[in-house]
Amino acid sequence: MQPKRQSVALFVTCLVDLLRPRVGFAAARLLEHAGFEVVVPPQSCCGQPNYNGGDRRGAIALAKRTVRALEGFDYVVAPSGSCAAMIKRHYPLLLNQDERYATRVRDLALRTHELTSFLYEVAEVHSVDAELPAQASYHDGCSGLRELGISEQPRALLRTVHRLELKELKTRDVCCGFGGTFCVKYADVSNRMAANKTRDIQDTGAELLISGETGCLLNLEGKLHREGVPVRACHVAEVLAGMAEVADEDR
Amino acid sequence: MKIDSQHFVQNARIALDNQKLQGALSRFADAFPKLRQQACDGLPEFRELTDIARDIKDHTLENLDFYLEMFEARVAAAGGIVHWARDAEEACSIVRSICTDQGARLVIKSKSMVTEEVELNAALEEAGLRIVETDLGEYIIQLRAEPPSHILAPAIHLTKEDVAETFQGHHHDIERGRGPVERRQLVEEARLVLRDEFLNADVGITGANFLVAETGSVVLVTNEGNADLTASLPRTHIAITGIEKVVPTLENATTMLRLLARSATGQEFGTYTTFFTGPKRPEDPSGPDNFHVVLVDNGRSAMLGTDFQDMLRCIRCSACLNHCPVYHATGGHAYGSNYSGPMGAVLTPSLVGIEKTGHLPNASSFCGRCEEVCPVQIPLPKLMRHWREREFERHLAPSTMRHGLKAWAIIARFPRLYRWVLQRAAGFLRSRARGSSEDGTGWISRLPGIAAGWTRYRDMRAPARATFQKQWRSGRGEQA
Repeated sequence: MQPKRQSVALFVTCLVDLLRPRVGFAAARLLEHAGFEVVVPPQSCCGQPNYNGGDRRGAIALAKRTVRALEGFDYVVAPSGSCAAMIKRHYPLLLNQDERYATRVRDLALRTHELTSFLYEVAEVHSVDAELPAQASYHDGCSGLRELGISEQPRALLRTVHRLELKELKTRDVCCGFGGTFCVKYADVSNRMAANKTRDIQDTGAELLISGETGCLLNLEGKLHREGVPVRACHVAEVLAGMAEVADEDR
Repeated sequence: MKIDSQHFVQNARIALDNQKLQGALSRFADAFPKLRQQACDGLPEFRELTDIARDIKDHTLENLDFYLEMFEARVAAAGGIVHWARDAEEACSIVRSICTDQGARLVIKSKSMVTEEVELNAALEEAGLRIVETDLGEYIIQLRAEPPSHILAPAIHLTKEDVAETFQGHHHDIERGRGPVERRQLVEEARLVLRDEFLNADVGITGANFLVAETGSVVLVTNEGNADLTASLPRTHIAITGIEKVVPTLENATTMLRLLARSATGQEFGTYTTFFTGPKRPEDPSGPDNFHVVLVDNGRSAMLGTDFQDMLRCIRCSACLNHCPVYHATGGHAYGSNYSGPMGAVLTPSLVGIEKTGHLPNASSFCGRCEEVCPVQIPLPKLMRHWREREFERHLAPSTMRHGLKAWAIIARFPRLYRWVLQRAAGFLRSRARGSSEDGTGWISRLPGIAAGWTRYRDMRAPARATFQKQWRSGRGEQA
């Protein structure tokens, strides 16, 4: 008899839910391949927009809801460094004074991981079975990079994708200008940051941009399209799951 | 402090359209992070030193009264005088009195952000004094009557052509069209002009990088040596600085110094690093007859014990500005405050209130690069977030944003409502898409309301017909 598989609650994030469903399916495929039982519990927003917008009370309410929604699973995995960091790093700060939640939120923080770091470090998946004949640059989302130390894990996995060649950006550690509501509140400044990044992307000569952060991808993909630059943008999960070249209808 | 932060958005746009400024900023943005990185790589214990530095500052701030009084006593023992200034006005009036008591006419200064903060130059000029800035960058912007655009490199927004033009316009013995143009010539020109001012000045005003409580010393770091001349040639030396600059011991000061220059300019040490203690002693060959230290509060003590106390650890190294992508885009003037970049976004509201400075802590993508490079580990994004919380509580945040966030918090609390709203949003976005939007490949190039900020500069790919959660549940047959 097989031992019972460990369960992973897939926390897809709002942006994937609304704008990039395929990233959620790619993440689920990767987690299932790694031997986990994947569950998608009813979920909404982690509260990051409220938290960063100064609405602490709203953020606390959403944090509590999310804590409750994600209980009872061995792990929680998000295809996003920033939403994972919200749960892992910021939830404990928001709820540590609340008797009913202090222990539960610490427990959730320990169980929660960003997708590529979960695959590489927890599931010990060190290679994937995927092929993508392309040259690609990789953009690090700032929260994942600085709050969770995610940088080498996605690259290590991408290097095992057959026929994929990584071309590093010069400005690896510089923000792309997304920043949640920042990109619409300070559109002019955000645009300059995005334009700096798309120039860097073009300079690598790569025809594909990969990132683990959907917000950054939407920002850069949208900027590249507006500029008429023929560089496609894919989430790292899509590439690793071999779903980077599926027809658009399936997104 | 003059504040024009209300116009950040407009000022940023002007800065973004200024090609010359953008050129200067992009050279700066390339150079400074690399220099710092090299310097830090050369000091393996850099990260541990920042722990120690943070602890030194925290300990000092917890016992600030004790160390400031110790500093005052040691300055007095060395023959100097400490003055306490509650606010900008008191600071200016103390300095003005010292100058007039000396019968001074010419005052030279080395770079000091606190004197910018309290608007000392204007106060002294009103009293009939002539003020000459001796830091090259400060000197240039003084001639141009501009505020500093960077706390360390005040003229970083200018090119050498700008400087050549400025000197040509102000130094009257330069023959038309035959002035200095190359960097070395420009420095030489400033050096020649300033040399006479140094020799003729009655009072020298400096800031302070650190104050050492156990010795009563004022520590000054420059690369031009101008602070040393300012502090030692005139009869009177006045050091004016914020109360948070004190550290307990010489040992502590040296720890901070190991971090300061590396963080600021990527140097191991400032070219000139000098400890000034008291006026000239009988056995000293030179030095001032009078030694004054003006300790400025101006809102700092009110930060103690609040969410913003950590900001008082700041040693003004400018690493946060040097690494900030927003600062790199707009330069310092757009912030409308002498303190710009991430440190200014936290400090300026603390000093003058959030009412006029609300844009500053909001104009950040929270990328966290500032916190990563801060040598005293100030959690700058967290402190900016605290300001956003104050604005939200006090209804100072824009009402669309406030109501939008409140509505979102309600929607997202009820998963079924959330899913319904998301599905509606997907439908709406698809309806705005051009191209073959039926199969989801269309692009949206125009959105209304706040989302117009997105489509002003970027397109958005139309979403799929159903949200992930809907697709997952229908595909996998899972319960809602």
